[in-house]
Amino acid sequence: MIGQSPLRTVIAHAVLILGILIVAFPIYYTFVASTQTLQTILRPPLPLLPGDQFWNNYTEALFGGVGRIGGVSVGRLLLNTTIMALGIAVGKIFISILSAYAIVFFRFPLRMTFFWLIFITLMLPVEVRILPTYKVMVDLGMIDTYAGLIIPLIASATATLLFRQFFMTIPGELVEAARVDGAGPWRFFFDILLPLSRTNIAALFVILFIYGWTQYLWPLLVTNSSNMNTIVIALRKMVSFADADTQWHLVMVTAMLAIVPPILVVVLMQRWFVRGLVDSEK
Amino acid sequence: MATVDLKDVKKVYPSGFEAVKGVSIAVPDRQLCVLVGPSGCGKSTLLRMIAGLETISSGTVAIDGKIVNSIGPTERDIAMVFQNYALYPHMKVYDNMAYGLRNRGTPKDEIDSRVRATAKILELSALLDRRPRELSGGQRQRVAMGRAIVRNPRVFLFDEPLSNLDAKLRGQMRVEIKNLQRSLGVTSVYVTHDQLEAMTLADILVVMNGGLVEQMGAPLDIYERPASTFVASFIGAPPMNLLALTESASGAVLADGTAIAFAPREARAATLGFRPEDADVTFNAEAPPGALVLPALVEAVEPVGAESFLHCAAGGNRIVVRVAGRATATVGNQLRVVAKAEKLHWFDQAGKRVG
Repeated sequence: MIGQSPLRTVIAHAVLILGILIVAFPIYYTFVASTQTLQTILRPPLPLLPGDQFWNNYTEALFGGVGRIGGVSVGRLLLNTTIMALGIAVGKIFISILSAYAIVFFRFPLRMTFFWLIFITLMLPVEVRILPTYKVMVDLGMIDTYAGLIIPLIASATATLLFRQFFMTIPGELVEAARVDGAGPWRFFFDILLPLSRTNIAALFVILFIYGWTQYLWPLLVTNSSNMNTIVIALRKMVSFADADTQWHLVMVTAMLAIVPPILVVVLMQRWFVRGLVDSEK
Repeated sequence: MATVDLKDVKKVYPSGFEAVKGVSIAVPDRQLCVLVGPSGCGKSTLLRMIAGLETISSGTVAIDGKIVNSIGPTERDIAMVFQNYALYPHMKVYDNMAYGLRNRGTPKDEIDSRVRATAKILELSALLDRRPRELSGGQRQRVAMGRAIVRNPRVFLFDEPLSNLDAKLRGQMRVEIKNLQRSLGVTSVYVTHDQLEAMTLADILVVMNGGLVEQMGAPLDIYERPASTFVASFIGAPPMNLLALTESASGAVLADGTAIAFAPREARAATLGFRPEDADVTFNAEAPPGALVLPALVEAVEPVGAESFLHCAAGGNRIVVRVAGRATATVGNQLRVVAKAEKLHWFDQAGKRVG
């Protein structure tokens, strides 16, 4: 970008600013709506500047409880969703890194069979196995529990494959050096494999956290009590077909709150990424 | 302070491929044994079996008289230097060296003093806080050596440790490894495909080919009396000149029908060899009695500085002759190559040395 003419700089910036407006304006408008009273929202046009109801709306939603979703507060919904998203992300990483470790570094009978079994499950999305899974959850009494929300989604063929591919790039000499240095399987895993996988884990965590956060179909099935709803489902429930029934100001607040944690994860982990990449070696 | 004894060691892979076909080697205490051979000769497999990284199909490996076949690499008390160094990329130099000691539960202050002492020997003291990627190839090599030395193991194992360095650095490190090994007095097994490394480092040189030991002994003994045409052509650069002989009514003749002026010392000999430096070139006809005299046509001249190599066509073969300093011969010259009788090597049909 060095040595460009001023005109080209201006054009480039204009395009970028336009792009930002297209992406950011709806979010900004949602934020504006979340700071107005219900009456202002229902009487178009909606002002372009934030109103004076920020504090009222947000405290009401976070702590007050919203009628249409069974009087549960948005704070509770955020807690549920966070637990589910964290559980799914951490669980998926934990399970897939261990299974990839076994598949790559150990020689056991039927190793490739297990690998292909895992691989094949890639072709079976949640929707395909949703009824049998639901039956199992009912039988195990896991309806309306965090375990019921998390466990059926916790295995990940994609993440296992990703770790497998990464582990296969680790030179055999490194494994042997560790063996000669007296590192058993656990030490090798914790002292060498985990530190080397840091950036992969961070990247997967971001992806899987957002995957967990935006889950819709499964939480819809497995939660009956309003107390256990996730924020995405609650958001859907809050919107009624009749405009008058819908507390749009609270819907807007909930929408704003729903996107904050994924954004936080991306922003924070992005810094971590960069550090990981700078520190990383090979 | 240990001996390494291999008795009839074999390695058969599940595919049925026999990488090592029965090798017996005894490495005395404090000696450096070099395994040399072309790629695929089984030398690395053999080393990895000594290390415990490869299972032993049959035969025994003993360290200090104790058979270690079923013991893991950790308990064998060996240290290994790998071709690609295999440093832990996420650890600092200090931690790379300390890792093995930590795993053995050595007290912290002892680890510290040992790491620092080793770093001093290898001139790594200023680099202890660096990570491997911030080091040059030679420095990484030193860290790999340090990781081995710091443990004070019974046996050092080197797997082509210098093959990733440039020629100059390789020369330096070669001397350094030799000095270190001698001053530390640790029994070592060293694998290389570079015959120069093999010759200069070895107390005991083992030349391997096709999973078997071709010859074993002191490097210069092997150089002077190669046991087979394989060893003759593998040890020495440029390699020994080998000329195929055929019997005829008048005696032995070379491939192009040139009759050898004297009877071979051994009737069974099928190949005649002499080293490039054991031959002289002359434009005259006279030669010492019993010497091999070959008419030769110079095809190329390689001046190296202190010496020159003449590549010639002679007796239907291509031979190389070393002459000191500048070569007077030029391409296209007809001359005679004269090798004294006592400098000739004779090999039988199977390539084994005779006489």
